[in-house]
Amino acid sequence: MKRTLVALVENKPGVLNRVASLFRRRNFNIDSLTVGRTENPAISRMTIVVDADSEKIRTQLHKLVNVIQVQDVTEIPDVSRDLALIKVRVNSQTRGEVVQLCDIFRAHIVDATTDAVIVEVTGDEDKITSMTELLRPIGILEMVRTGVVTMTRGEHVLSPNGYKMRPGGNGYRTNVL
Amino acid sequence: MKLTGAEIILECLLREGVDIMFGYPGGAILPTYDAMTKYPQLRHVLVRHEQGAAHMADGYARATGKVGVVIATSGPGATNLVTGIATAMMDSSPVVCITGQVPSAVIGSDAFQETDVTGVTLPVTKHNYLVYDVEELAYTIREAFHIARTGRPGPVLVDIPKDVQNAVTEFVYPEEPIELPGYHPPQRATDEDIAAALALIEKAERPLILAGHGVIMSGAGREVLQFAEMTQTPFALTLLGKGGLPETHPLSLGMMGMHGTGYANLAIQNADLLLAFGMRFDDRVTGNLKTYAPNARKIHIDIDVSEIHKNVRVDVPIVGDLKTVLGQLMPHLKPLEHKAWLGQIRDWMEDADERDIVNRDVGERLFAAHVIHDMWRATGGDSVVVTDVGQHQMWEAQYYPHQRPHTLLTSGGLGTMGFGLPAAIGAALGLGQPNVWAIVGDGGFQMTLQELGTAMQERAPVNIAIMNNGFLGMVRQWQEFFYEERYNATPMHNPDFVKLAEAYGIPARRVTRREDVIPAIEWANSITDGPTLIDFVVEKHDLVYPMVPTGADLDKMIRRPLPSENAI
Repeated sequence: MKRTLVALVENKPGVLNRVASLFRRRNFNIDSLTVGRTENPAISRMTIVVDADSEKIRTQLHKLVNVIQVQDVTEIPDVSRDLALIKVRVNSQTRGEVVQLCDIFRAHIVDATTDAVIVEVTGDEDKITSMTELLRPIGILEMVRTGVVTMTRGEHVLSPNGYKMRPGGNGYRTNVL
Repeated sequence: MKLTGAEIILECLLREGVDIMFGYPGGAILPTYDAMTKYPQLRHVLVRHEQGAAHMADGYARATGKVGVVIATSGPGATNLVTGIATAMMDSSPVVCITGQVPSAVIGSDAFQETDVTGVTLPVTKHNYLVYDVEELAYTIREAFHIARTGRPGPVLVDIPKDVQNAVTEFVYPEEPIELPGYHPPQRATDEDIAAALALIEKAERPLILAGHGVIMSGAGREVLQFAEMTQTPFALTLLGKGGLPETHPLSLGMMGMHGTGYANLAIQNADLLLAFGMRFDDRVTGNLKTYAPNARKIHIDIDVSEIHKNVRVDVPIVGDLKTVLGQLMPHLKPLEHKAWLGQIRDWMEDADERDIVNRDVGERLFAAHVIHDMWRATGGDSVVVTDVGQHQMWEAQYYPHQRPHTLLTSGGLGTMGFGLPAAIGAALGLGQPNVWAIVGDGGFQMTLQELGTAMQERAPVNIAIMNNGFLGMVRQWQEFFYEERYNATPMHNPDFVKLAEAYGIPARRVTRREDVIPAIEWANSITDGPTLIDFVVEKHDLVYPMVPTGADLDKMIRRPLPSENAI
């Protein structure tokens, strides 16, 4: 069963490498990993979807010095979003079909040329998978997905604020990459 | 005060209480070596290979309880440390490695002697740093020592480019507390944890303590012993737990696991409660996990949350410092009796005595087990023993009962051959006392014997005892048991170790007969101003018994045949 973990990490060089290295050496299967800044410039946030024993992953991640907090949010009501850009080959016949599908999936056409359109679709994983299955017979030229980002609903908050950190002590780069 | 980065490194080491560093110079670390001339109070030990430096710092740390320090240059200097760092990581030994790096402007250009050292050591360090800014240097070194010595200790590496060592800045030692938002080693148990543990302890009829390295690291030996005596609970030790509790105590069952005592393993398989104190259920300790301690509830106290449920699912997990947690638990404990259980264990012990090689007359032959047992008798069991890895290591664990913490130093988790001699040098220099013995095999000794030069130059009071059987004995043992005696690549043609030692100016002897063992040990102990070496030529074909084959049930041991079966 897939589990979703959310982690707050220090915005320091090499942190993504530390996390990725941990998954590889502990033989954890990872489905997707996304990372981006939070409203606190010193802290980044990761959403990690795994197909494994999430408790072991959580405790191992927690052991990394630069990982501030890890939560398994699988059981908590949440909003999860994946974004895909899909370039589809079109002609005068199929263009209308693509527009119709976009209406149904609340997707947008963000670029159009005579031979191709780029569809932007946002949603949970299932929605994007359905969309791609319907576009496939029309002719997918290329596709990119961001991976899932997750936020729990309501009052359950994983805030990057309020941590005691040394001011300005981030070295010459502040970036988890 | 304006200082260079190199001087700042050394100022910081002094403030961490460092008195000795083990290292090897080279281009990218030369500014720091040059600055050492201004800090004569920091003793530098020149090793013969960087791996030796890492093991020495590790041995120093294990013997003294302080952080060991290693210094090496970039590229090959740093990569040579890797085996030593991984050894320290697996056995939770606090070591700080300082490595030079090529100048920051050329990092990434495949410069001469450039290696991505933080990348290479990432999986084998507790944490590591690449310092690009001299303003960050002092704080980083402080943080490195803090991480190395707190929580579950481990090695930390700080990689410092040459230009950062040369950069000059106003030196202000950062006195403010370390603030690491993601690093708060746990200390105390919750009241619910304590109550849950007590409920199991009071109900148990066949309890057993499994005492690991954490007993020593936490300094909890006295508390664990009190617990054992008050609740009449026998205890078994892991290899790295040896010394944490007195092994001659009536409740001691000695070592558990693959080459543990038969009665310790039988006790585990028959217990109804295991109290795992600062140990991690390593595969060498558990055997087949599916059949491990099938009737036992389990209480696991460990400072590392990721060890909980990692190998063995437990009933009451407690994450915290063992000494602190036992301090919380003890006031609620009531005295308990387990007479039937202790009686059962005593029966198992008598059977083992009969099979024991030290209780046998073996005629003219010299057995490593006898040498080690005689060493225990001749030294009053009070030496600091450092072993290498292999059969002699297991015989040490079986035939040299330890009474005090930090008196057995051995590579347990990684099983690093070549650890023994350099770790013993580090321990001897750290302790400054002459009763350090390195017990090594002829195989492992030859992996790092170049450190004889370091021992000679530093007059390190290390007594080296080679258990020389002309074989890679443990591998040979596996070939005998599991590969139909095809002894491929295990016989060794050795040099004359006595002549070799003498070439280094190290007094040396060879012993081939049992009656010469104790006099030789006394001779070595009488030389206190430098190293000695004894080449014990021992029986080639002896085996370490009992043995639980890999993956077998813990009570399915291969036992030493009984004397009546007419074999050794």
